[in-house]
Amino acid sequence: MSPRTMFDKIWDAHVVRDVPGEPALLYIDLHLVHEVTSPQAFDGLRLADRKVRRPDLTVATMDHNVPTWARSIPSTDEIAVKQMEVLEKNCRDFGITLYDIHHPQQGIVHVIGPELGLTQPGLTIVCGDSHTSTHGAFGALAFGIGTSEVEHVLATQCLLQDRPKTFEIRVNGTLPHGVTAKDVILAIIGKIGTGGAAGYAVEYTGEVIRSLSMEGRMTVCNMSIEGGARAGMVAPDATTFAYLEGRPNAPKGKDWEKALAEWQKLPSDEGASFDRLIEIDGNSLVPYVTWGTNPGMVVPVTGSIPDPSSFSDDGDRRSVERALEYMALIPGTPIEDIFVDRVFLGSCTNSRIEDLRAAAKVARGRKVHPNVRAMVVPGSTSVKRQAEAEGLHRIFEEAGFEWREAGCSMCLGMNPDILRPGERCASTSNRNFEGRQGKGGRTHLVSPVMAAATAIAGHFVDTRDWNVEG
Amino acid sequence: MEPFVRLEGVVAPLDRVNVDTDQIIPKQFLKRVERTGFGQFAFFDWRFLEDGKPNPKFELNQPGYEDASILVAGRNFGCGSSREHAPWALLDYGIRVVIAPSFGDIFYNNCAKNGMLLVTLPETTVNEILARAKSQPGYQLTVDLEKNLVTDNAGLELSFEIDAFRRHCLLNGLDDIGLTLNHQGDISAFEAERPSWKPVVIASQVPVLGR
Ligand code: SF4
Repeated sequence: MSPRTMFDKIWDAHVVRDVPGEPALLYIDLHLVHEVTSPQAFDGLRLADRKVRRPDLTVATMDHNVPTWARSIPSTDEIAVKQMEVLEKNCRDFGITLYDIHHPQQGIVHVIGPELGLTQPGLTIVCGDSHTSTHGAFGALAFGIGTSEVEHVLATQCLLQDRPKTFEIRVNGTLPHGVTAKDVILAIIGKIGTGGAAGYAVEYTGEVIRSLSMEGRMTVCNMSIEGGARAGMVAPDATTFAYLEGRPNAPKGKDWEKALAEWQKLPSDEGASFDRLIEIDGNSLVPYVTWGTNPGMVVPVTGSIPDPSSFSDDGDRRSVERALEYMALIPGTPIEDIFVDRVFLGSCTNSRIEDLRAAAKVARGRKVHPNVRAMVVPGSTSVKRQAEAEGLHRIFEEAGFEWREAGCSMCLGMNPDILRPGERCASTSNRNFEGRQGKGGRTHLVSPVMAAATAIAGHFVDTRDWNVEG
Repeated sequence: MEPFVRLEGVVAPLDRVNVDTDQIIPKQFLKRVERTGFGQFAFFDWRFLEDGKPNPKFELNQPGYEDASILVAGRNFGCGSSREHAPWALLDYGIRVVIAPSFGDIFYNNCAKNGMLLVTLPETTVNEILARAKSQPGYQLTVDLEKNLVTDNAGLELSFEIDAFRRHCLLNGLDDIGLTLNHQGDISAFEAERPSWKPVVIASQVPVLGR
């Protein structure tokens, strides 16, 4: 057989039916469900008198609109409460495991899947959420789907899919001190643009990717969709296996041995060819900050706000002008001169234990700037527990950060955590779209280290100058 | 699903690139548990001023575009969030066809599942349509899926390409789930071969600790 990419291997192993001229029918190993994109799908099932084919391959959580204040205080948003109640009823009626708001393992769907060991190499994973690409960090084929497709998977455990093309993004070298996984993916999106990987499944390769922890790989894969990619993936290796071993849903005993043998066959074969390749020099990467209203509008922290007249494409120029107007930024302003009102540390991009540890190192013994309101929202209740066991919450609280319950929170502001019009925020999330964190709110995407340092300084700073030990 | 065969309608120009689904339907309106009633929230943050009045500067609020059923926009339309509320909002607002140089991947699929036709045309062509629609409010196009043609009554005639399967489903209003359920035998056969070590969801009460 000719050499195959990891994508090809996983795809081929899941084709139930493939007829020329039609999309392939792919089997789905794991279907993740949350409260916002599922109600209409369950409704559709009821209308057609259909069942969930494999409740045992389906898992639900509440994350998007849960409040992050103390769990003892109920949500004040009636419609959000209704949405959560509807999910509870749907899970009960159709026999689906639910990690509800009071469950000790509740959390953002893309945080708990890996944490529970449900996310494994070689699987096909879908969720009615575009950041499902996160799970690709384990060498799984994972992508976001719409609600009609959610209904399709619930009813059939399969999905009709056109085969995407393959794209290798190779990050060579070693990351300089103070440069993180978030900076890697921001640099990639800055280079290819928000539509740059449309129609592709991306595999991230190269020494930099190999050296990243699972948390770092998840951060990179998470934002694949911001480059337009269908999926993002990283080949599994010893780091992956070490993360998985012993997790509640990971294979055990003999099954673990069998699984491991299969997983080791997944990486792309020597000589496998991708439809497209770009290489990035990891040694040249720096900390990045977005300045505009899509994640591709990004510059090094040492850079400044670009001038619209420097863009040759008419559409680009006008969108830059519009972005600068929305962001209230003047061309030529150094990034380090931009002051913020809010800092948000959280989201499925950067709310895992390693992210919180990195931010806590910066916050330790320092104080949040008096003009800044900063909050830390762990990605899951398990992350929160772990962080508290390590005393991180105390470091944050002593520095003046708010320490919250788990959820999506201000990543999309469907709960009470939102920006007010005109407020400027350094955020570790993944989207700086207009109004994403609250109508009129201005979002700058950054790494957890940058977010913490910005909270303290009150403005963006070159985190490489911050001598944070280890 | 309602079949799509041919549509003659007013064109609304939205001359912006990278319009994301957060703009098509802002998140504060995603909490409904129905599929209907989202049209009033389409492009909400652009369409309305702080006081709830229509924003006179927003393209689609200009006179002549009220009854638009065809939207023309810049490249990468519908990027970002997977929310199917975006096509639901557009449909409910009256839009049945979107013409652009390229589309967000998930958005493209979502539209097809709702009987909406997305027409991909080269950027220069799209710019030409944008120019016509902007200079002549009320400008109409006919989109014919049987002939794969977009025409106006001033001699414009553009053919477009669309994946054959999607076209077939749209023309006949076919529902994917119904189609797939015809292949239950294949699915069961696949499941029978599925290795035992693959995970099934077991509710976990054991605290997970990060390492
Ligand atoms: S944290 Fe943000 S991006 Fe991630 S799933 Fe939640 S809302 Fe979506």
